[in-house]
Amino acid sequence: MIEVDVEKRLGAFRLAARFAAPETGITALFGRSGAGKTTLVNMLAGLTRPDRGRIALNGAVLFSTEQRIDLPPERRHLGYVFQEGRLFPHYSVRGNLTYGTPRKGGAAAIPFEAVVALLGLAALLDRRPGDLSGGEKQRVAIGRALLAQPRLLLMDEPLAALDAPRKAEILPFIERLRDELHIPIIYVTHAMEEIVRLADTLVLLSEGQVAAVGTVEELTSRLDLRPLTGRYEAGAVIRATIAGHDVTYGLSELAFPGGRLRVSHLALPLGMPVRARIRARDVALAATRPTAISIRNIFPARILEIAPDRGALVDVRLDIGTAEHPVVLWSRITARAARELGIEVGRDVYALVKTVALDRRSLGRHDPGDSGSDGEDSI
Amino acid sequence: MTVLTPLEIEALALSLRVGFASVIVSLPFGLGIAWLLARREFPGKILLDGIVHLPLVLPPVVVGFALLVAFGRQGVIGAWLYEVFGITFAFNWKGAALASAVMGFPLMVRAMRLSLELVDRRLEAAARTLGAGSARVYLTVTLPLMAPGILTGVILAFARSISEFGATITFVSNIPGETSTLPLALYALTQVPGGEPAAWRLALLSVLLAMAALIASEIVARRLGRRLRGIA
Repeated sequence: MIEVDVEKRLGAFRLAARFAAPETGITALFGRSGAGKTTLVNMLAGLTRPDRGRIALNGAVLFSTEQRIDLPPERRHLGYVFQEGRLFPHYSVRGNLTYGTPRKGGAAAIPFEAVVALLGLAALLDRRPGDLSGGEKQRVAIGRALLAQPRLLLMDEPLAALDAPRKAEILPFIERLRDELHIPIIYVTHAMEEIVRLADTLVLLSEGQVAAVGTVEELTSRLDLRPLTGRYEAGAVIRATIAGHDVTYGLSELAFPGGRLRVSHLALPLGMPVRARIRARDVALAATRPTAISIRNIFPARILEIAPDRGALVDVRLDIGTAEHPVVLWSRITARAARELGIEVGRDVYALVKTVALDRRSLGRHDPGDSGSDGEDSI
Repeated sequence: MTVLTPLEIEALALSLRVGFASVIVSLPFGLGIAWLLARREFPGKILLDGIVHLPLVLPPVVVGFALLVAFGRQGVIGAWLYEVFGITFAFNWKGAALASAVMGFPLMVRAMRLSLELVDRRLEAAARTLGAGSARVYLTVTLPLMAPGILTGVILAFARSISEFGATITFVSNIPGETSTLPLALYALTQVPGGEPAAWRLALLSVLLAMAALIASEIVARRLGRRLRGIA
């Protein structure tokens, strides 16, 4: 368990954050820039001192004003991957990687060779940081943090400084940290696509406060958190498993309680649990089941909630799952359409999702090892 | 060596000895003061800054006189040093080195302080998250990254030392073989009739020495620069 309860005043900005997160999987700290994400991570690392509070990791206290404990960063044993890499320019890649490796002690829990293989660093070892690409630098930075044998890995927007192809290059490596090394990670980001792909637990930060803590599916399905999870990008995240591949048309089918979602082909094995984010603006509603329509994903849905958005739009929360396993989806339609269709809470309608709206960025592998797995067993 | 006369060799060797000794002894103090001025806030910081820089703005004779009062055999500190450690700076090459060190100190501290202020503290923070304590961070990150500034400081202090005249002659006088460095020997030659050709030779020797020091530092600085940009 990662327990955080800290307060700090920085000029006019006041950070007062309190949350607890499991020490397995990836916990994402999500919020706009200026929400206090980096400050919070720096407090965990010991680089910024809270005015008051307590930070503990599996019961081991790292900071406590009450107990007068403030471990310096070098004694916290947390790995930190910074947004800008921060490689030492005067060391080779190998020198950077081994900088934090503990000198004494027997076999390392995370051995050098394993990290080099995992992050594909073998060809870079004798190079110097100055002539690495942005993506390569960030891989070295991740390896360097891992080889310090941390109890927890902190990653502060590790992809923010990279362009889209470099991001796509690094993401699989971070997935492998989660799936192969089983190291707990606190991951700071303001990109929903990274959360869908990586995070298990989501901590929503807003103006220095924790607005909500929960699973990605839970928090993204809440209409009241819309301003924080993003208006334009707003949408629900659903869990599913790979149920089939249609080679002829290059499609994959994802099964969830209540139906099957057709998406563009995914190179993932059958039965693999995945997560799909379906944006509210990509979901249309119909009062009766439409026929002769290009949209292949048509799900019977029950309306749970209707929330007016700004201006002419409303957000409609729907359930497209089964009685035992509700699956929440959102749809963003115009207020006029809602009135003309007679949209009201409790009514049964059909939800239409365009296959092309679901690209690779909206889909993430999902670690089957955590609490949500019972949802998939029933399929 | 037939090119140089014994007097020239003596003056050159003494200059080098005084130069190296003054730089080596003041180096740790320079690093310490640079660190205090760049990284610490404390009452009296402006005063310390001022004292360190005084030799740069005072007439060298004043510095020499002050050294004589403080470090002479009868001086406040000098007498104590002689009694406790048997060390004396009066009228020997150590005194010349002390005068050079004091005169070159502000130049050394300035260069080091500037480079220390340019060291990316985020790299030091990164080192600490990797388990390095403050001493290891200083030795493995801070010092290597400020190396160009240390080099510049050392070269400037060395150059100041081999050109030092006023403070040295006031403090330890002009004694051949003891305190008569190149500039002092040159000065002595200009005071005797017919000394001009020999003075020319010493002047040329001073120019060569200064050029050699500058070229050497330029070569090292280039290598360091490449290394610190993370390419070579």
